[in-house]
Amino acid sequence: MDAYITKIKAISERLLKDGTVEAVIGFREGTLPTMSEPCFIKRSDDVKDLVWNANCRINLANYLTNRKEKIAIVAKGCDSRNIVNHIVENKIKRDQLFIIGVPCKGMNDKDTGALQDNCATCTHRNPVIYDELAGDLVEEQTNVDKYADVKKVEAMTPDERWAYFDNLYAACTRCYACRNACPLCYCPTCFVDESKPQWVGKGEDPIDVRTYHFLRAYHCAGRCTDCGSCESACPQNIKVRQLTKKLEKDCAELFGWEAGLTLDKRPPLDTFSIDDPNDFIK
Amino acid sequence: MMKIINIDKQKWAGGVESLSKSYRLFGPVKDVDCYNFKELKQGEQPDLSYGNTKLSPKSVVFPPSEAMFTYSLDESNPEHHLLKDVPKDYSPRAVLGMRPCDAKAVSLVRMNFDTPEYRDPYWMDAFEATTFVGLACDDPCATCFCTSTNCGPFNEEGLDVLLVDNGSAYIAKALTEKGEKLLAAGGFADAGDDSPVAAKKAAAEAKITAKIETDKLSEKVIMDLYDAPFWHDIAFSCINCCTCTYTCPTCWCFDIQDENKGCEGVRMRNWDSCMTPLFTMHGSGHNPRDKKHQRVRQRFMHKLKYFLDKYQKGIMCVGCGRCVQQCPVNLDIRTVSKTMNDYVAKS
Repeated sequence: MDAYITKIKAISERLLKDGTVEAVIGFREGTLPTMSEPCFIKRSDDVKDLVWNANCRINLANYLTNRKEKIAIVAKGCDSRNIVNHIVENKIKRDQLFIIGVPCKGMNDKDTGALQDNCATCTHRNPVIYDELAGDLVEEQTNVDKYADVKKVEAMTPDERWAYFDNLYAACTRCYACRNACPLCYCPTCFVDESKPQWVGKGEDPIDVRTYHFLRAYHCAGRCTDCGSCESACPQNIKVRQLTKKLEKDCAELFGWEAGLTLDKRPPLDTFSIDDPNDFIK
Repeated sequence: MMKIINIDKQKWAGGVESLSKSYRLFGPVKDVDCYNFKELKQGEQPDLSYGNTKLSPKSVVFPPSEAMFTYSLDESNPEHHLLKDVPKDYSPRAVLGMRPCDAKAVSLVRMNFDTPEYRDPYWMDAFEATTFVGLACDDPCATCFCTSTNCGPFNEEGLDVLLVDNGSAYIAKALTEKGEKLLAAGGFADAGDDSPVAAKKAAAEAKITAKIETDKLSEKVIMDLYDAPFWHDIAFSCINCCTCTYTCPTCWCFDIQDENKGCEGVRMRNWDSCMTPLFTMHGSGHNPRDKKHQRVRQRFMHKLKYFLDKYQKGIMCVGCGRCVQQCPVNLDIRTVSKTMNDYVAKS
C-alpha cells in the first residue's frame, strides 16, 4: 500500500498544477494510531499531506454530494461503486470527477486492528470506475459467503429475532453517525428530522430507535455497497450493517442486482421491469 | 477540615450494599467491550477497574430523553388542557466512581442551568439529589489531556467524595457535607491517612502526555477568530453527527419535542447537537448556520472562546478525550485549539 501513496500524490499534484481539478479529496494523517482524517486539498503544495493506509476506511464518496467543482477523488472498490450510484442518482456529474482508483485488500477495524467485517467478504476490491489507477489491480475474492450473518438471523424464530434486534440497537444514542457517514443518505430533510408534524420520536424509546434503523436500511436497499462506513462511524460499536446486508441479499436474490456496478441501469427499487418477481401477488 | 476515611477494600462491597438502602446507585458497568454508567441493581457492584466510560455520567442529572409534562385534549378527561407534571424520582442518588474530569464538567454545566435569572428545575432537582463520589485516575488513557484544561486525574472540583486507590484500601476524602453523609451511610468510618496521595497524584499527572494549547486564546479578538480562513479546512471532514456532543460531559444543549397520539401527548426534552443542520433552524425557515463550516466553527468557538471570555473560568472542556476517541473522522479538538491558539490575524 505504500507504493499507492506515491502514485496518489503524483497524480494529485499533476492534476492540481495543470488545473484539471480544483481540489483533491483524500485522507490526511490522523491524530490516533488507527485513524485518518478526510481532507480537501486545493493547493499542490499540500499534496504532501495525503496518506493511504489501512485506516482510510470512511467512504469518501460521501463528500461528493451536490458539489459543483471539478474534483479528484481517491476511491477504493466500494467508494467507486458509490460514485457510480451518485452519478446515476444525479448527486454529482461524471465529467466533474477525476477518479484516482485504488485497488484495496481491506481496511482495519479501528478498535480491534483486525480486518473490518465487510472487507473480509468483499468481492469488489478493484475500483469499477476510474480515470487513473494508483496501483495494479488485485485479485478479487471468490469463495466468500457474504451473507453468513444474515442466514443466521433468518434461521431464528420470531421471538429469537425480536430479542436479537432488541439487543442490537440497545446502545443506540440517535447520534446519526451511521446515516451521516453513508454516501446514500443525502435527503435534505431526513424522515427522522421531520417535526411539523413529527414522523418518528426523536428520543431513546426503543421502538423509535428501531424504526429509524429499519427505515434507513430500506432506503438503502439496492443502493448499499457494504462499504462499512456506517459501522466504523458508530461510536457505540453497533453492528449497523446487519439490516442492510439482509436487504442486499434480497436484492441479489429477487432482482439479480448488485449496487453501483453500471452507469446504464437504475437500481431495482427505482424502476419497474416486467420481469420483476411478482409471486407475492396471490 | 476535610475528613479522611480509610475504606478497606474487603469492606467496600458491603458498604455499597448499605448505601443502596438509602441511595439509588449509579456506577460504571461493563457492557461487552466498553463501560457505561448504569443504575446499579440490587446487589450489583460498580466496576472500578475501568478507564473511562463511553458516554459520560452527565445522563444521571441530564437524561438523553426526559418527559417534561403530559397533556390531554380529551374533554372527557377531567384534567383536559392542563399540563401535568410527570412524576420523577428525585430521591437521593449517588454516582460511584466517576472520574474527576466528568465531575468538573458537571460544575461547568451547572453554570448554565443555575443562574441568577433562571434555575432549570429538571437539571437542578436531579443535581441537588445527587452525591458525586469520584475515583482518582492512576492510569490515564493516551487521549486524556485533563492536565491542560485546569483539571487533572486527582482533581476535586464537583465531587463530594474523592476515592484514591491505595492497593488494599481506598483513601476517601470527604469534600462536602453530602460526602460525609454518604460515607457515614456506607458505614465507612475508619480514620484514614492521605499522605500517600500527593505522590500518586504527581505520578498520574506525569503519565499524561496529550495536551491542548489554549494559553493565547483569551487575548485573541473574537471576530479575528470567527473570520479566520482556516474553518473551511477544519470543517471539511466533519459529517455533522452528534457523536462529539453526546459523548462530551460539558455539552448540554437540548431539543424540545412533543410526541402526540390522538388526544394525548407528552413534551420531551432530548439531547441535541449544534453539529446538526437543523439545530439553528428558525420557525421562519431561516437557518443562520445552514453551512457546515458555520456549525463546526460554532462548536469550537463555544468550547474554546465564547465560554472562556464569558466566564473567565477556562475553556468548556475537561480533557476527557472522548470526542477525540470517538469522532468517526478524527476531527481533533486539540488540533483545532492549536490552530486557533497560533492564529495571528493579518492586519
